[in-house]
Amino acid sequence: MRYDTVIVGGGLAGLTAGISLQKAGKSTAIVSTGQNALYFFSGCFDSIQEPTPEIKSLFSEAGIRVHYTPGVRLMPMGTFKESALALEDVSLFPTPQFGKKVLIINFMAYHDFFSSFLAQGLEKQGMECRIRFLNLGDLAQPELGPNQMRAVQIARKLDDVWEKVVQEVRVLLKDEDTVVLPQVFGLNDASIPERIRQGIPARVVFAGTLPPSVPGIRTQMLLKKRYEVLGGTYLLGDRVTGAHVYEDVVQNVVTKQLDRHYLEADHFILASGSFFSKGLSSNPFKIYEPLFELDMDYDPDRNTWYDPTFANHQPYLGFGVKTDAQLRPSRGGVPVKNLYVIGSILGETHPELGSGAGLAIRSALKAAQLITGQP
Amino acid sequence: MQYQEYTQSENNFEECTKCTICTAYCPVMQVNPLYPGPKQAGPDGERLRLRDPNFFDEALKYCLNCKRCEVVCPSEVRVADIIQSARIKYESNPPKVRDYLLSHTDTMGKLARPFAPVVNFATRQPLTKATMDFTLGIDKHRTFPSYSPHGFEGWLKRRRKEQAAFPEQVAYYHGCYVNYNYPKLGKDLVKVLNAMGIGVQLLEDEKCCGIALISNQFIKAATKNAQFNVEQLSKAVEKGLKVITTSSTCTLTMQEEYPNLLGVDNSAVRDSLLMATRFIYEKLEQGATLPFRPDFHKRVAYHTPCHMQRLGWGVFSQRLLQRIPGIEFTPLEQSCCGISGTYGFKKENYASSQAIGEPLFEQIRSVNPDVVACDCETCKWQIEMSTGYKVENPISILAEAISDKE
Repeated sequence: MRYDTVIVGGGLAGLTAGISLQKAGKSTAIVSTGQNALYFFSGCFDSIQEPTPEIKSLFSEAGIRVHYTPGVRLMPMGTFKESALALEDVSLFPTPQFGKKVLIINFMAYHDFFSSFLAQGLEKQGMECRIRFLNLGDLAQPELGPNQMRAVQIARKLDDVWEKVVQEVRVLLKDEDTVVLPQVFGLNDASIPERIRQGIPARVVFAGTLPPSVPGIRTQMLLKKRYEVLGGTYLLGDRVTGAHVYEDVVQNVVTKQLDRHYLEADHFILASGSFFSKGLSSNPFKIYEPLFELDMDYDPDRNTWYDPTFANHQPYLGFGVKTDAQLRPSRGGVPVKNLYVIGSILGETHPELGSGAGLAIRSALKAAQLITGQP
Repeated sequence: MQYQEYTQSENNFEECTKCTICTAYCPVMQVNPLYPGPKQAGPDGERLRLRDPNFFDEALKYCLNCKRCEVVCPSEVRVADIIQSARIKYESNPPKVRDYLLSHTDTMGKLARPFAPVVNFATRQPLTKATMDFTLGIDKHRTFPSYSPHGFEGWLKRRRKEQAAFPEQVAYYHGCYVNYNYPKLGKDLVKVLNAMGIGVQLLEDEKCCGIALISNQFIKAATKNAQFNVEQLSKAVEKGLKVITTSSTCTLTMQEEYPNLLGVDNSAVRDSLLMATRFIYEKLEQGATLPFRPDFHKRVAYHTPCHMQRLGWGVFSQRLLQRIPGIEFTPLEQSCCGISGTYGFKKENYASSQAIGEPLFEQIRSVNPDVVACDCETCKWQIEMSTGYKVENPISILAEAISDKE
């Protein structure tokens, strides 16, 4: 099968590149081994400062609602972090002291939302907190079983009965100026979070839950849909297992499911992610990029790879594939002519700073520009 | 890689990072509170079962074996295989009479076919349906697929000479459905391949692929079928023939379930076993042509069956359909139809089955196509029953789009 560009990896970077290329009239295929980091997405594109018109239209055309409000956001454990560009679900405030009295809403038997940690964190900022639990069984029939009290299952139910939650909150609300809700609304309808805000006579803040992330899954579904509407081929559940490179030009890639049926293209994009997605691998002796064996940017001394204190910045997360300014990698010091490397496989992402999403989008747009030759 | 040799188990359950992505994609978990979900039933439970088989949970029977968990797993854990293997290893409840009737498709086909008109009439009567519902636990909403009085095998045997005259040859594994219920699909395949100058042969013999036997816990019978089929396929492959199929589930079973669940080695035939849409697409890409009718027009929506998605070959059916002049093509977003072979026929699963399929049915209604294309016979029954839209295998649509022989 032949395409203009074949993209290895179907996460935020791969989909952004795919959408841009399809829009420019190129035919593309994305090969994605399972789902990706969007399932853990906080909803914030932290390393993007002012969004360019291109980034704005990428989101708006896919039906993804974002806002640009430099400030801080509330983290799942009650701390705050600087942020600027975020999904509409995520509230951003000028300072952490965003209110005086806060009503925190949780669901009974839901273990993935830490309302008491949130309350502690907010009390540190001088806010007074009250936690109330709603019984999802009273709101939705049939009730969810104990195994189903996860973000996605709850979100599916709430897509139908979110208005009942609004009513309940209105009843519970006393003199609080803010209501905090778990981020489990609007899985299939991005407009629901905003409609909840309109329905509650107080400031409504959605706070993150344990994965999977409902806004992240929604973002993934909308981007994939947009990509497919533009004519892109998304091969889910397949894996690129090899590539043929002749004279520093990638000729084709081989996948596990298509085996002898190679995917040929003029250009290739490597967006296979970092260690979690196996875009990068390691053994006791080296860190390497397993598909093309590209040159890496890292310290070969294993003792420098990690910090024994788990919560500190882990140097290995900064390691990645070495590229030139045109995102082109090399093998044994020789540049590969038609391969572009984008997203977290580039390294230098700091998950604790949330910079992965920004890097994914910006490097993807850059690669698409280089391929289409458009500025 | 040598490190992993010593750290990886046979079914790679330890590769699970507990990321929960599979729980977001499991269709059963969205509708059935009794099912613990793929993560808990699969890799989590496996760890416990290895310590003590008493941790086996009967609720694993609710798994559809649709394999969507495997398709979305970023760590390539064979979640559904882990669940099905555990059922094979630990399930102690003997299968019911109903499970026997539903799973022995070969035997049932052979018995029913001579009396096809009577059987077809009888299984459509409300009284029969109510009786089967009450006594056997086969849901009364379901209609059994009709049996065809004349089998596909006999039809093709009568054309053996004519087929042998073609310069290029393939063998066709038709499966139970084409032989007993819907010979038209096999005839359509023969028409399309003949139009490309390719003759079609039967395998020397074949049995049911065995998927229904596996899901209903007739493992010995399934293994026997697997060994028999691999032997028959090998004979064709030794003659240098490709073996073509038209059912995604039969294909997945022979490709993946034989070695992974039944321990039957299929390495000699694996590469030669191809879905017809892939085979034809590759031929066209290599320059073969088909005599397309100039006046053909149809609005087609394509549903990727879960097992086709697991094979990763849906792209061939899609691209093949898109090549047909006069087709208005809409890909449906992949979603399980809910029937999963014999699963949806069982009374206890009927409600779940319909609830699982609803998002797909809704999509189909909103697209409102002339026909839904899909490579699976049980998806066909489910979608036709639940939406009223006609469902055809892409091969049948292709056959309709090319001119009849002069």
